[in-house]
Amino acid sequence: MSDRQLCTFRLAEFTFGIDVQRVQEVLRAQTMTPVPLANDVVEGLINLRGQIVTALDLRRRLELPLRGPDDEDPMNVVVSGDDGALALLVDAIGDVVEADDATFEPPPDNLAGIARELIRGAYKLDGMLLLLLDVDKAVQLPSHVEAVVATQREREELAAVS
Amino acid sequence: MDGVDEVVSEFLTEAREEVEQLDHDLLAIERDPDDGEALASIFRTVHSIKGTCGFLGFSELERLAHSGENLLGRLREHELAMTEPMMQSLFDLADGIRTSLDGLEASGTEEGTDHSTLVTRLDDLFATDPADQPRSEMLGQRLVESGAAKPADVADAIRDQLEGDDRKVGELLAERGVDPSAIEEAVSEQQQQRSGSTNGGDASLRVDVTVLDDLMNLVGELVLARNQIVELTKDRAEAEAVEASQRLGLITTELQEGVMKTRMQPISGVWNRFPRVVRDLAKECGKQARVEMEGQDTELDKSLLESIKDPLTHLVRNAVDHGLETPAEREAAGKPAEGLVYLRAYHEGGQVNIEITDDGKGIDAATIARTAVEREVISAERAEELSEREALNLIFQPGFSTASEVTNVSGRGVGMDVVKTNIESIGGSVDLTSTLGQGSTAKLKIPLTLAIIPALIASAGGQSFAIPQVNLDELVRLSGEEARAGVERVHGTPVYRLRGNLLPLVDLRDELGLEPVPSGSGEDDDVLSIVVLQADGHTFGLVVDAISDTQEIVVKPLGRHLRDVDTFAGATILGDGQVALILDVLGLGNRAGLVRDGREAREREEATTTDHGTQSLLVVDVGGDRRAAVPLDDVNRLEELAADSVERSGDREVVQYRGRIMPLVRLTEAVGGFDFGEQELASLHCIVHSRGSAQVGLIVGRITDIVEQPVASIEPASEMLLRGTTVVHERVTDVVDVEALLDAFGPPELATAGRELS
Repeated sequence: MSDRQLCTFRLAEFTFGIDVQRVQEVLRAQTMTPVPLANDVVEGLINLRGQIVTALDLRRRLELPLRGPDDEDPMNVVVSGDDGALALLVDAIGDVVEADDATFEPPPDNLAGIARELIRGAYKLDGMLLLLLDVDKAVQLPSHVEAVVATQREREELAAVS
Repeated sequence: MDGVDEVVSEFLTEAREEVEQLDHDLLAIERDPDDGEALASIFRTVHSIKGTCGFLGFSELERLAHSGENLLGRLREHELAMTEPMMQSLFDLADGIRTSLDGLEASGTEEGTDHSTLVTRLDDLFATDPADQPRSEMLGQRLVESGAAKPADVADAIRDQLEGDDRKVGELLAERGVDPSAIEEAVSEQQQQRSGSTNGGDASLRVDVTVLDDLMNLVGELVLARNQIVELTKDRAEAEAVEASQRLGLITTELQEGVMKTRMQPISGVWNRFPRVVRDLAKECGKQARVEMEGQDTELDKSLLESIKDPLTHLVRNAVDHGLETPAEREAAGKPAEGLVYLRAYHEGGQVNIEITDDGKGIDAATIARTAVEREVISAERAEELSEREALNLIFQPGFSTASEVTNVSGRGVGMDVVKTNIESIGGSVDLTSTLGQGSTAKLKIPLTLAIIPALIASAGGQSFAIPQVNLDELVRLSGEEARAGVERVHGTPVYRLRGNLLPLVDLRDELGLEPVPSGSGEDDDVLSIVVLQADGHTFGLVVDAISDTQEIVVKPLGRHLRDVDTFAGATILGDGQVALILDVLGLGNRAGLVRDGREAREREEATTTDHGTQSLLVVDVGGDRRAAVPLDDVNRLEELAADSVERSGDREVVQYRGRIMPLVRLTEAVGGFDFGEQELASLHCIVHSRGSAQVGLIVGRITDIVEQPVASIEPASEMLLRGTTVVHERVTDVVDVEALLDAFGPPELATAGRELS
């Protein structure tokens, strides 16, 4: 319970980390077969040496601004889950970082929305914060109905505020 | 009576002890086939059981013991050498005797015991020709054959053994002056042969299913690699590369078939228990039943066989429990007292069909429909529209069988809906037909295997999709003028006239929300490719951008994030390494609203056809290029209203008509179409339709004609408010379903009127 090794990656202006043990491999951009009618977060399917792997767009999952056409192609972080491998699309891969648990803090109270659910906390590194992503929750997609209800509620809340 | 029981129970106790000894002796022989004493002991035991059974009249057990004794006799006399199958049969013999004893103890009779298969096996072994046997394994016989020992010496040695000398035959022979080196040689030969015969003697061996599964997966990968190589070498000039790739293709196909074959098992593996199940169940219900089978050798993938075991058992039990009548009822109906459950399996078009037929009382579709309404499985209105076949198949709806109906016989927590779900989960289907008084048939269609299927590769919106060949009917390619004129529209829904029938079209791109590919070559732009598909008995045309070829594809399941997308059955990897989604044709049809609605409409048409061959239609102009028709039966009166007589009440248009206020519904609003703009100002054509005491006016455009149209020509439509579509004067015409229309758009008081009426 002292140090842990985190595989880091960048998403928009943030740096995230996940437990290195969960990472099966890291791949360059792959040919993606989109799946029509699927959840938006599902970017598509990739062929991982004969295995068909579902790729999830972490930007969409974390409700970050989407990649523009000028942005570089995303990288795949392949993580192992209960249900086989899954690829997480990230902007760029960083180093493997030894993070000291002493520098860890749970998410700030004012962190709201989806981030609060998916970010377990932050490591205070030199000059930046490394956000620890809850992989199990991140790969768990809300069902379509839940998503619609959630958006509706958000809209109502917004309306109530303004 | 008591005297007899006493004798029987004495026999049972004694026989049990003897069977214990039997096991013991058999194991001894298995260790050392030369153990003459053990063999003799077995012979004695079986012989004595046979004798007592004959005395007590237990003929089945006597028959078994007799066959066992015959074989043992030949073994004892060294006429036959012990082999692996014989050994096994003798063990089975001991088990068989035990089963019989259990049965006798429980019921005092031999009912329910049948040793025929074992008896046949024993008899066959008994009839073995010694010349066909491998060189004798018996040491004595071997030595006699080689001339090292005299037959008399061997006989003496064996007699010594029988008399209690526990030394081996070899040792006893050495004592009688047989050359020890010859004995040693014979012993080593014997051992060699024995070890050889256990390895090679049996033509089959047991393999762990997981090994086969792994093998199947590897073959799957190989098929993918093969597809890839074939793709790469397709356009190559080097003849050698092409040749090699073709060879690879051939070998892969053969290997694939070979591996698939290892997983194939005859359906008899599941069926064999049914005669017993049926017999026991029939007895329990006080019925008489027998089972007949056809096509027991039909083979299915092992995993599929596993999955159909329970559903089949359930259907068979149902046939006996609910299908067959009691002997008295049967005789009253002029049928033989004994009912028949007939099982039939056969291959057809890459599928296995399994039929379970009973010659019982059949199922009354009307009763089923009534029950379904009572149990709120369907609405009463819907029930009236059902065809007989549809009503029968309500049995498979969840919620149909309820606890009150569950007998301890067929209800074991498994409803017919579970049967259907299980069969569908392996890509199969189940259908029930019945003739009242003559019996019912449940027909199952099961795919041969799940892992590798032939599929058509088609593309839409720049993406490739695999369409399982099972669903494929035909391909239609239209080009140029044909493509432009071929597609007609029915209330916005495209249809194509395929040999005179209207084929509803679904655009794959639209359905999946894909962007059109920017037209490149220009050549293919005016080509229309239609893949004619069928699912659940309904046919529709799938419009795709292009059709490439057919391939053997390896079906891979989709991850859990995608399981709720019912348009896709899985994914596969194509020759170029791309992942392609496999279309679930039924799911796609459902999504497009075709399969279900289409069926309803068709069934309804079928129902009307039987009443009268033609239907009078009032053809009206709905504006634009659309035409609609209203069945004349639904028209009470036609009125022409002055446009300015239309008034409003609430948000509804009404008109004063014969001293009452009549609500109006505009057909164009309801089913779509163009507004008439200026011209509708002057006067309006109104169809007056009444339901109960209420009346409603249906405002239509110009009334153009009244035609007699054969009902059969009315094709089902995918739209809720249409009864169907037909061709009138060379033009596609929608037939409006007035009742449905008024339900949807009519004033609420009309709905109330309808309810009062019914």
